[in-house]
Amino acid sequence: MARFILGRLIGGIVILWLVSVLAFVLFFVVPKALGNNPAVLFAGRSPDPATIAGVTKKLGLDRSYVDQYWDFLRGVFVGRHFDSGSNRSWCPAPCLGYSFRNDQPVWSEIVDALPVTASLSIGAAVLFLVVGVSTGVFSAVRRGGLFDRIAAAVSLAGVSLPVYFTGLLLLLLVSYKWHIIDNVHYVDFTHNPALWAWNLIPAWLVLSLLYTANYQRLTRASMIETLGEDYVRTARAKGLRERTVIGKHALRPALTPIVTIFGLDLGVLFGGAILTEHTFGFRGLGAISIDAVNTQDLPVTMGVTLFAAFFIILANVLVDVTYAFIDPRVRPS
Amino acid sequence: MTDPTHTAATASSGTPFLQVRDLTVSFHTDDGVVHAVDKLSFSVERGRTLGIVGESGSGKSVTSLAVMGLHRRGRRVSIAGEIRLDGEDLVTAPAERVRGLRGRRMAMIFQDPLSSMHPQFTVGDQIVEAYRVHNRVSKAAARRRATELLDLVGIPEPARRLDDYPHQFSGGMRQRAMIAMAVSCNPELLIADEPTTALDVTVQAQILDLMRELQKEFNSAIIIITHELGVVAEISHDILVMYAGQAMEYGGVEEVFASAEHPYTWGLLQSITRLDRQLETTLRTIPGSPPSLINVPPGCPFHPRCTYRERAGSATSTTRPPLAETSPGHLVACHLPVAERRRLLREEVIPTL
Repeated sequence: MARFILGRLIGGIVILWLVSVLAFVLFFVVPKALGNNPAVLFAGRSPDPATIAGVTKKLGLDRSYVDQYWDFLRGVFVGRHFDSGSNRSWCPAPCLGYSFRNDQPVWSEIVDALPVTASLSIGAAVLFLVVGVSTGVFSAVRRGGLFDRIAAAVSLAGVSLPVYFTGLLLLLLVSYKWHIIDNVHYVDFTHNPALWAWNLIPAWLVLSLLYTANYQRLTRASMIETLGEDYVRTARAKGLRERTVIGKHALRPALTPIVTIFGLDLGVLFGGAILTEHTFGFRGLGAISIDAVNTQDLPVTMGVTLFAAFFIILANVLVDVTYAFIDPRVRPS
Repeated sequence: MTDPTHTAATASSGTPFLQVRDLTVSFHTDDGVVHAVDKLSFSVERGRTLGIVGESGSGKSVTSLAVMGLHRRGRRVSIAGEIRLDGEDLVTAPAERVRGLRGRRMAMIFQDPLSSMHPQFTVGDQIVEAYRVHNRVSKAAARRRATELLDLVGIPEPARRLDDYPHQFSGGMRQRAMIAMAVSCNPELLIADEPTTALDVTVQAQILDLMRELQKEFNSAIIIITHELGVVAEISHDILVMYAGQAMEYGGVEEVFASAEHPYTWGLLQSITRLDRQLETTLRTIPGSPPSLINVPPGCPFHPRCTYRERAGSATSTTRPPLAETSPGHLVACHLPVAERRRLLREEVIPTL
């Protein structure tokens, strides 16, 4: 088992490295090849040639691509110096460079945004997983019944309605019409847990509505399949209570595909829920990345990309490991 | 013997442990009503084995699932008649009551042990679970019981194999484990639905031996469902031949094998593969295929495939033949006159066996 996990981890690291190479090529090599000097973007509005030269030297853009990539990689692990001759700065590990826009370390921007994204995604994930799976199970057990049909309709609405519609509608109601939560904004968990949750509720609802539908349908389909399996009939033949038959014997194998999708969804959510963050005015990773893209802030874009890739790959490794725990048949002997 | 359908060939005292009377199971589908089991009656006593034979789709499994209460009752399934387990009618009993009997007083072994055991729980856990549903004991005690059971069904190193998953067992071992699970609460009725079909021939014999031993030990009533007459001959005391959800012939195994009187039973006997049969004779088959259970032929359901239908008169295609006693404990549902049936058996059927 340890070897299996180690293998998956190594595989994950290799993929992350490949992503970093690809991101580097995409954000630093390609623009330059197309004639966009990254130094100009950093130097501010209508810079003079001397400034551009200084920036180029500071960012090491005059060096070969391989050296530049090496500097970047070293920065991540041991930190790096930025030296333009006149001013010298030390960027401690993990160094992802400085934002072109506000000269802040990319790492600290990401670290500041992470709690917002984490709060949003974990809360929403718990909600859509619990609601989606439980309604899916109910639908499967009483398929064709009233609950199943209502759930199917709500599901369809859930996947079809865009977040910026449901989000704004919800904000309009709870904030402007009923004044239940005035001025929705992000409150740090350590500052006030109650306010933290209270302000996040609308965003959780909106974000999870989108996913709940998928989980409801997936669970329903998966449960219908396992409920027809021979081992479920065996469980009934033992005289087990229907609750045990459904909740243990049928649900457990039905969860396998759900764990897979859940891991991937959670990984993607950690990369930033752009629309939801934007709708509610939260400064999470999604908001940062969209700003970075809009302002051609290459180091931030690259940092956020790598961060998102890291979470998706981590989620994949966790899914594989969880999978082996759930299903003994894929467990390496 | 007041009502011959009760006891068939098993002339012995007391009421049988399982008594099924006029059992009818229908499924309401979009295509129409499927008459899976139609007015079926039989009984099994403790310490005896009934073999139910018939082709696929003759209602054997539906019957066993009905006895176990495993059909989901509702708009789609209707069950009528009587299923008396130790005198108690299961058809009218509340579902929760039947659940309490399942696994405890009646248990079932299924055809394919690989798909019938849960792939994600260890063999031990599955046996422990079966035992603890009906017995209030600690996990440790149930585990000891599971070890004993695995030992009883002939699994070597039972304490170690307890923590294996079903996929780590061989086919025969899995069926043994399945049997261990079924007998964990000492059920008085054991139903085995094609218990050897998925297994190698050599393993088949071992499993049948095991079932026989367990029957001696627990004095249980056994119903074995199969399409192989060889299995019935090996293990059963009584035989019930089913066709299109109805009983065709019912009686003691020796009696029926020696002097079967239903043309369908003859067909089954003729289609047994035998090593001692002359090579040039091709394997006989029953012409045609079993009827759709939505449109069961009127009269005798077998008449469209029956070689002797001309001799049975016009009633065979209009009136359902009653399951009537032809000799003590031997019942046949056929319109052919008794003397004619016996003559055909003697002159046309026995020479071909």
